[in-house]
Amino acid sequence: MKVQYDFHIHSCLSPCGDNDMTPQNIVNMSKIMGYDVIALTDHNTSRNCPAVMKAGKEAGLTVIAGMELCTSEEVHIICLFPDLEKAMAFSDYVYTTLPPVKNKPSIFGDQLICDENDEVIGTEEKLLITASSISCMKVVETVKKYGGICYPAHIDRSSFSILSNLGTINESFGFTCAEIFDMTKEKELKEKHTYLNNLTIISDSDAHYLEKMRIPEYFIEIPELSIDSIFNYLR
Amino acid sequence: MTVNELQKELQLTYLCGKEVAEEKEIDGCYCGDLLSWVMSRAQSGNIWLTVMGNVNSIGVAVLADISCIILTENAALDEDAKKRAIENDVVILTSPKNAYELSAEISKLI
Repeated sequence: MKVQYDFHIHSCLSPCGDNDMTPQNIVNMSKIMGYDVIALTDHNTSRNCPAVMKAGKEAGLTVIAGMELCTSEEVHIICLFPDLEKAMAFSDYVYTTLPPVKNKPSIFGDQLICDENDEVIGTEEKLLITASSISCMKVVETVKKYGGICYPAHIDRSSFSILSNLGTINESFGFTCAEIFDMTKEKELKEKHTYLNNLTIISDSDAHYLEKMRIPEYFIEIPELSIDSIFNYLR
Repeated sequence: MTVNELQKELQLTYLCGKEVAEEKEIDGCYCGDLLSWVMSRAQSGNIWLTVMGNVNSIGVAVLADISCIILTENAALDEDAKKRAIENDVVILTSPKNAYELSAEISKLI
């Protein structure tokens, strides 16, 4: 079956995510746009996943618990987990690897933790857009310990991407998949970085604002809409 | 030394913040492009030499209270970043020289 997906969406917990990116808004906008499955991937945290997953369950939308991890090289990596518990365990671990820098909401934005009804139940004090101490070379095996899979985000961007920061992508990292934001650049990237021809390429919105969520353009072909099928596709 | 004096000495080009450059006193210098390193290591008053001209750089500049950003080797400044810099009185200068060349010149001045 063809499955419309967006595995890279930020909520109001990401400082750069708009405060309107609440669980209900994200889920309902995804439903209106016709998505079958989304993943919540805030910067270095999964703490809004419980709320978005609950809201998704009520609305009949599959939500994968995820995170956009910032490695020590400041490369952004999408991490997806088979269930909420594993995502939260990884999130707790990542928290310990972030430097003790406090968020300044007036500069970076609010970091709001919500319940499934969009009530703000807390704020994250530590700045979430810093880098963890996990390196690109270790990220695949680290995420695997929590049952998850991961792949480099927006490799076509000029900042926070594996190609901009490390200049290359090859077998040494162990990735099986890569995300391209602007798919018109896919051909050029594959010609320049031929290793990409070995990887599954997907494209996500990286939406930080409701209006930046995309009308579904891309789909994955999998046997059934399940986490197992999706993970098998990305592996 | 103020940022305005530094600009004249090194013939740097203002991208924004010229009007507040005379008030910005320089105390040391930091070179680096990984924002999390700069955030936890740069000192108040430092000149910051970097190629990172995105919106997060401005946040880091404010957080670390640096005196000015110099974008080395004519690195690009995003429009969003420029807007944020103006809002926060962050001075941004640019130079065709690389971080090594600029550091060597700065070390003679401060």
